[in-house]
Amino acid sequence: MQPRADLLIRKARVIDPATGRDEVADLLIESGRLTRMGASLDAPGAELFDAEGLWLLPGLVDSCVRLPEPGNHRRGSLHTETRAAASGGITHLCAAPDTDPVIDSAAVVRLIRDRAMRAGFARVLPIAALTQGLEGSQLAEMATLKDVGCIAVSNAGHRVQDALVLKRSLEYAATFDLPVIFRPQDAALSAGGCVHEGPVAARLGLPGIPAVAETVDLARALLLVEATGVRAHFHQISCAASVALLRHARAQGLPVTADVSIHHLLLDESAIEGFNSFCHISPPLRSRADRDALIQGVIDGTLDAISSQHTPLGSSAKLAPFPSTRPGISGLDTLLSLTLELVQRDQLPLRRAIDALTAAPARCLGLNAGRLEDGRLASLCVVDPAASRLPGEDWLSAGRNSPWLDTELPGVVRLTVCEGKVTWLSD
Amino acid sequence: MIAAPSSDPLQLTRDGQLRNFISIEGLPRSVLEQILDNAASFVDVGDRAIKKVPLLRGKTVVNLFFEASTRTRTTFELAAKRLSADVLNIDIARSATSKGESLMDMLRNLEAMASDMFVVRHADSGAAHYIARHATPDVAIINAGDGRHEHPTQAMLDMYTIRHYKGRFAGLKVAIIGDILHSRVARSQIHALNILGAEEVRLIGPKTLLPADIDSLGVRVFTDLEQGLQDVDVVIALRLQKERMDSALLPSETEFFHLYGLTEERLRHAHPDAIVMHPGPINRGVEIASEVADGERSVILHQVTFGIAVRMAVMSMCMSGRETEQPGGRADHGGSHATPR
Repeated sequence: MQPRADLLIRKARVIDPATGRDEVADLLIESGRLTRMGASLDAPGAELFDAEGLWLLPGLVDSCVRLPEPGNHRRGSLHTETRAAASGGITHLCAAPDTDPVIDSAAVVRLIRDRAMRAGFARVLPIAALTQGLEGSQLAEMATLKDVGCIAVSNAGHRVQDALVLKRSLEYAATFDLPVIFRPQDAALSAGGCVHEGPVAARLGLPGIPAVAETVDLARALLLVEATGVRAHFHQISCAASVALLRHARAQGLPVTADVSIHHLLLDESAIEGFNSFCHISPPLRSRADRDALIQGVIDGTLDAISSQHTPLGSSAKLAPFPSTRPGISGLDTLLSLTLELVQRDQLPLRRAIDALTAAPARCLGLNAGRLEDGRLASLCVVDPAASRLPGEDWLSAGRNSPWLDTELPGVVRLTVCEGKVTWLSD
Repeated sequence: MIAAPSSDPLQLTRDGQLRNFISIEGLPRSVLEQILDNAASFVDVGDRAIKKVPLLRGKTVVNLFFEASTRTRTTFELAAKRLSADVLNIDIARSATSKGESLMDMLRNLEAMASDMFVVRHADSGAAHYIARHATPDVAIINAGDGRHEHPTQAMLDMYTIRHYKGRFAGLKVAIIGDILHSRVARSQIHALNILGAEEVRLIGPKTLLPADIDSLGVRVFTDLEQGLQDVDVVIALRLQKERMDSALLPSETEFFHLYGLTEERLRHAHPDAIVMHPGPINRGVEIASEVADGERSVILHQVTFGIAVRMAVMSMCMSGRETEQPGGRADHGGSHATPR
């Protein structure tokens, strides 16, 4: 990414939860690096960006994203998806390994890195497979994969059934201080299910996935984390009982962190009424009480990060009766706006919300991102919190599978800078 | 966040006439009563020398069965023919259309043949909703069973049967026994009984066959058959599929019959005038003893007769509801769902 001309952003409300800064300031980027922040800066020759009334945030770090490349060209490309990310203020994407082929070799990692670099809209941080081919039997070459830039290892949605293989892979990851990411869901308890096992499923006659499908697997993982001492991060927490388990584990001092998708914070099982397959997501949207507990978990920090759980799907994926549709919501376009919606509803304090989108996910996965730091290549976004938009009108992800296309949402991103380069600029 | 609609635009015209028949849920009591009243006028048609009325003359009804069914399809076919419609039967192996796109393509093709009504059976819950939302508004959709969701015409013929023998719904206690979890019939019956004002709907079965949170539908749940049968006026036994043994929901048919099988002895706990119903086909000695199925309280065979009349009523109401619809006055089609552009 080539640094561009110097840029002076004036009079922005700078919110940087990592440092606790929340003040109106000017900010100067020289040769791509953040060099000065303060009142009434002067920089002759620099391009000016007037940010009066706007918020300046660190570039968003999305900890849980499924990208269509390699493998699923019908669902978009690294180009389309990273551009959608930039339009939403996201600068760093943690990409799940369940691509085709799986991210279990240096070659695949290089391919992703090169294509993302060529697109130039966001930094893509690959998560490597924990086991070869995600098959749950042989260890992936974790040290090699770390060397080529993988930030963590995960078996994604492919649960490692064999507890011995899982224990050994955690020990091996711990050898290299690689965080292990879990997406907890027991295969047998969720088999055939498509929605939360609760009153809505009972009425609509849809096969359910009980909350215990998540907690059984989460509990097993937590016990193995305790036994191996590996750093662990949990993706896509969906229920109150999981929040309680995580809270307990952290109180015991276990090195565990977690994220939750923004959709699970805003929607509950009632969103699928009328067989609305745009709200078909895995893990399923759960009860109102679960949703309340997830929000409480974000407020108290048990759930560190909020992710988009971006899953772009082709146009036919939702064109079927509900149980035959593919689960997933395309989320990059709306991550920031939906989080601001939660703030506007007074359900989440602003600073914690921004932290959960920036510094917190970076902290969870040991990334050098999500904060405004002098001297470093600048990654930030400027958002107009007072403006609103209909996401469907300027949607950029190749996956239009979102229940939010026609919902007016707050927050319009005016500028995104990723590692010193302007990746999004809008009037 | 997205509440279920109070008046159901998918099923009703703006002036409250039936236009599709997808689910009992969402329909007002008046429409259900109208179905029963109209069905009563069709019951006699079967006794005439010429068993036809011209209400659907010139209309094409397509029986679209994605899941095998002889009985339901036959009664729909007979009902359509007695209404003088042309009938096309299409049996589709589920495998051929399990992908959404080909299902859509197929609907388009059938629409292009100027069909007026689709009678749909599908293994997925919500299939009839999906087809109603995506088919051209000119085609009426009748749900002949979708997954575990609803089987509304079956429930209405059961309601017809109950009204025929009991004369009313107020004050009635109705027990539904067996595999509630997988039963679309039970879900439709529960809604229908509650809408029509039955005093109490009871579900009886082991916990493996009762859906979680089913009590939210306004029912009393029993795991003990004799307690559940106490003083009930109507007993409905559901068919138990053999597959349930393979998926660890039950140990054996023998133990199920021992605990939940309907026998003369157990029926003594019910009201002395109680009637016994079953949506068929019966597994004798599994959910119901032969002596009960063939006994004097059993009204099972009458259910089949009434089924044709009820389906005639539903088909003719959907067709006339559409014909009296004001042009452009059709209620919004899809509710609040986002749709891909």
